Amino acid sequence: MSLKIAVSCVNCSACEAECPNEAISAGEGIYVIDPAKCTECIGFHDDPQCALICPVEDTCIVDESYPRYQAA
Amino acid sequence: MELTEREVAEAAVKAGANADEIMKKMAEHKGCETDSDGGKKASCGTAAAENDLPPEVWEKVKNHPCYSEEAHHHYARMHVAVAPACNIQCNYCNRKYDCANESRPGVVSERLTPEQAAKKVLAVASTIPQMTVLGIAGPGDPLANPEKTFKTFELIARTAPDIKLCLSTNGLTLPDHVDTIAKYNVDHVTITVNMVDPDVGAKIYPWIFYKHKRYTGRDAAQILTERQMQGLEMLTARGILSKINSVMIPGVNDDHLVEVNRAVKSRGAFLHNIMPLISAAEHGTVFGLTGQRGPTAQELKKLQDRCEGEMNMMRHCRQCRADAVGLLGEDRSAEFTTEKIMEMEVNYDLATRQAYQARVEEERTAVSGAKAQELQILAGEESDIKILVAVATKGSGRINEHFGHAAEFQIYELSTGKGAHFIGHRRVDLYCQGGYGEEDALETVIRAIKDCHAVFVAKIGGCPKKDLAAAGIEAIDEFAHEFIEKSAITYFKRYLTGVKDGSIVHVEKGDAEIRPGEVAKDVVASVAAE
Repeated sequence: MSLKIAVSCVNCSACEAECPNEAISAGEGIYVIDPAKCTECIGFHDDPQCALICPVEDTCIVDESYPRYQAA
Repeated sequence: MELTEREVAEAAVKAGANADEIMKKMAEHKGCETDSDGGKKASCGTAAAENDLPPEVWEKVKNHPCYSEEAHHHYARMHVAVAPACNIQCNYCNRKYDCANESRPGVVSERLTPEQAAKKVLAVASTIPQMTVLGIAGPGDPLANPEKTFKTFELIARTAPDIKLCLSTNGLTLPDHVDTIAKYNVDHVTITVNMVDPDVGAKIYPWIFYKHKRYTGRDAAQILTERQMQGLEMLTARGILSKINSVMIPGVNDDHLVEVNRAVKSRGAFLHNIMPLISAAEHGTVFGLTGQRGPTAQELKKLQDRCEGEMNMMRHCRQCRADAVGLLGEDRSAEFTTEKIMEMEVNYDLATRQAYQARVEEERTAVSGAKAQELQILAGEESDIKILVAVATKGSGRINEHFGHAAEFQIYELSTGKGAHFIGHRRVDLYCQGGYGEEDALETVIRAIKDCHAVFVAKIGGCPKKDLAAAGIEAIDEFAHEFIEKSAITYFKRYLTGVKDGSIVHVEKGDAEIRPGEVAKDVVASVAAE
């Protein structure tokens, strides 16, 4: 799995600076997470940082369309 | 028609003012130190006068419109919205809301890169020579965006070194950045402190993000208050002036703010700014949706009065937007959108700015000189009577706005003890929702100033004058274009004489409504045109 950002994103950019994988960037209209880089913060933190700092509830959410990240 | 300071300045900039001559005057100008009668020292600030402050502190606040009430009549500030990220959640803030017609902290129309911000500062400084202060206040928390914030300061310090830098923070990461703040010569920092008791804080802050974890409830508030107090102490130790902003939330922290006042004073805070909660369902904030009300004008004044014995209180805050531009009480941000700035040819001319500011200083001296003279009029008068009066002004310390054009009124308390004492302002325009179509404009004004005995204006029509009189508010236009304080004291002297000889019966007035914020210039224009 990876996390993804929902359309309720307000473009505050807070998640971008917190991401340990540099997986987040400004996209078309809202911020986006690169699923190839996202590790759900496994190996870095207890919880995904983007979801913790996001000011809008249920906006940085798990993207079920990807398999669970496996730490190397 | 009398020109405003701004119009004079802009004309001077366009015409390429004869800077030498004005510079010469500036050299002769003795600042605020003596009044025109000689001898007695005149006061340059109301909340904090020159004579009350050490010279190095006075130097920092004398032309900062947010730190000196008296300066705010003459000098302008701007905010650049380079800091969108935040690390805490407050129940009075909703980051989803973004409206160009609305004025309150946390709201902006455009976010800027540090490079765009630096260009904007130069553009504004060239157009508005009395713009002396640049602040970064959001729309998130400047210190949750440290790279963007400090990069902006670095660029501006290089291109416009005469501009004072300041920032406003929730304080959570302040202790980590105090040394960087000192390094960039940021000499004013505002911390929003709404509580020093975590049980109170739990009702205001649903969560904070700290050291990679989200904390909620009492734990969140405990960490926040510890970090805020530590940050404040560190600022004080480095001689950086600090202002404390507190949002007054009736039933949540209103009484508690007296304790907050003591806590911040003991840690060296310079100024305390207690602001009314801005709360409406359409803002989508937690407090707006739960129906939490803001304080009335008299509730706010009473709390500010209680704290005033303890330290300097700021009463002229307009709770401006994180991209505000102009004198406090006006918002010219619509003139400086990124699109317009990029097209502007910017010619940053320090000499013209200094020459203009020297003229402003002459005007300031005249204002305080007039006030000192008129205080003599009240000499020997002793009375328990205190009354409030409202003033329509465009700035420069004069009664120079028409009643019907006023977007806000400044409120002065008149007493034999303090003369004319500025206690706040009342907004009378309507923004975003509603507007003049839904509500009679005059009724709005009356509700906002019904605790006042009189309203001073440059001009007023016969009908509103009659309606105001029916509401017990005397409309006075005989002091048009005169100094505010001198006129108010003259009026008060006449009032006291009338009470003594029985021609005036003194009555206490009721409470009034608060409409916080400031208005965008284009909104005023469109309303006036209707």
